[in-house]
Amino acid sequence: MELLVASAVGILTAAGVYLILRRRSFPVILGLSLLTYAVNVFLFATGRLVTGAPPILNKYEEVAYTDPLPQALVLTAIVISFGMTAVVVMIALGAYLSSRDDATAMPVEADGAEEEA
Amino acid sequence: MMEHLLIAPVVLPALVAPFIIMVLRHHLDLQRIFSLASAVLLAGVTLALAAQAADGTVKVYELGDWPAPFGIVLVLDRLSAMMIVLTSLLALPVLLYAIGSGWDTRGSNFHALFQFQLMGIMGAFLTGDAFNLFVFFEVLLIASYGLMIHSGGTRRFQAGVQYVVFNLLGSTLFLFALGTLYSVTGTLNMADLAVKVAQIPAEDTALLRVGAVMLLLVFAIKASLLPLHFWLPSAYANAPMPVAALFAIMTKVGAYSILRIYTLVFGPEVEATAGLTESWLLPAALLTLGAGAIGVLGSKKLGRLAAFGAIASMGTLLIAISLFTQTAAAAALYYLVHSTLAAALLFLVADLVMERQGQWILPQLPMPQTGLISALFFAAAIALAGMPPLSGFLGKLLVLDATRGAALAPWIWGVILLGSLVTIIGMARAGSLLFWKGHGLPPEDTDTSAEPPVDTLPARPAQLPFVACFGLLGGLVALTVFAGPATRYAEATAAQLYAPSAYIDTVLGRTAE
Repeated sequence: MELLVASAVGILTAAGVYLILRRRSFPVILGLSLLTYAVNVFLFATGRLVTGAPPILNKYEEVAYTDPLPQALVLTAIVISFGMTAVVVMIALGAYLSSRDDATAMPVEADGAEEEA
Repeated sequence: MMEHLLIAPVVLPALVAPFIIMVLRHHLDLQRIFSLASAVLLAGVTLALAAQAADGTVKVYELGDWPAPFGIVLVLDRLSAMMIVLTSLLALPVLLYAIGSGWDTRGSNFHALFQFQLMGIMGAFLTGDAFNLFVFFEVLLIASYGLMIHSGGTRRFQAGVQYVVFNLLGSTLFLFALGTLYSVTGTLNMADLAVKVAQIPAEDTALLRVGAVMLLLVFAIKASLLPLHFWLPSAYANAPMPVAALFAIMTKVGAYSILRIYTLVFGPEVEATAGLTESWLLPAALLTLGAGAIGVLGSKKLGRLAAFGAIASMGTLLIAISLFTQTAAAAALYYLVHSTLAAALLFLVADLVMERQGQWILPQLPMPQTGLISALFFAAAIALAGMPPLSGFLGKLLVLDATRGAALAPWIWGVILLGSLVTIIGMARAGSLLFWKGHGLPPEDTDTSAEPPVDTLPARPAQLPFVACFGLLGGLVALTVFAGPATRYAEATAAQLYAPSAYIDTVLGRTAE
């Protein structure tokens, strides 16, 4: 279980970093998505891995429970990363449509004449 | 009623922004009125809060009335009060400038995004919860993405993609850091973190140190510390200049977070992380100052000049912060206020020039109001470089004085003084090219690189942009004239920072009752 989750986080992160270094909008956005998946799984694991237990403390007896806080954190992180991905897709689309180039590197400033301030 | 004032800096822009979007979408004049009224009200609220915090009390606002380690708290101490006052006093002239220069008409939803941006910044300064800090970072970032690409343009979009991707990576790293800290300590409340971190046995701190360093990297990205500063020049130089002027406070959010977390949670006396931040932060800050100064010297565009000026001032600020002593922190706080106002002024003046002459630093024909603008540029340049009449000089003097006993003092002094010299040379070069060389040009000379005149320039030059610039300049002058009270406040703030037990007790205190 621990090995599975840990390697999932590791592989997702590695793939995400690799894709971000591709310097083209589409792979970069995919890489960012993979990284956010990795961090979501990682956040789950920060409350220790427990299977089949409710996220509720029992006042009367000692029973196994899973930490509810990471679940709330993951929920927030998912919402934020989803919104951010939408924003970066729109901005990257805008950049691609106006420059006909999806490289994430800035072109060398050859002429500043055609752009408007 | 009065205790709810503490959440007003977050709630007020959060209410005004959707109102502007949903009700006033087609009424630019009303948008301007509401946005300005909100900014004025915000300034009043933050000043009232600062008056409450000035006597050194720490005020806690429990959201939903959940007690501290379980619920989210907003905390107001001297540092938070100072930062929110600075934000609101910066927002006012920037907003006036954006209205006066017509920047807010060149795209949609400027005012709503501006308010959301203010909400995020205020929240980041007020929150006492590490995960809530992340959330407010995201709020201010997502608003800044919208402001950054305001009014569009190819280069602006391209710079926007870089900016967004870099900051999304920073956000992911932030989450990794928070997860690591949570897995070690089981809490994310800053005051509770401070208690838990101090209790962890020294041989058990490997994960904690990893978390602390990752968190430092996140804040270093925000503060544009040298190896992580690459997003800043193209983002600020290609953003609309009034937006870049507002962004002058955003790098300070990173500096504030470093100051807050690494005095409160991973303070100098915590064994687990002792020496971890100091050994990395100081050399990086020295390099930041050097790179910023060289960037000022080498900039061909006015926007980049101002952006590198901002990086250089962040370098000086982070040098003072990275010593983690009380006197250095006081110097850093004074310099922080100064450098925010000075960088914002330089961005606004850069916009005045760019509206008339285009963005290249080249000799061109004298522009309208060249005398007034060159005087403002001169004032902004000497303020940012740290020359005598204005507060930059006092700030740098305080930083130099505070670093006298440090181990690397010769390096710090050398880099700050040389950096100031190089900045002055770079500013002087840009100023003389822009304002003096043009007088020698023949009138019919049409340089190939000259920009076509911007068609939105009004027939009668607008007064409001100058009011905004002189407002910021007035802030700098006031900071110089009232340097005595300002440094006393900074010293009291630093003293409060380095005695965090009052903060911790107040935040966690109510649970004991």
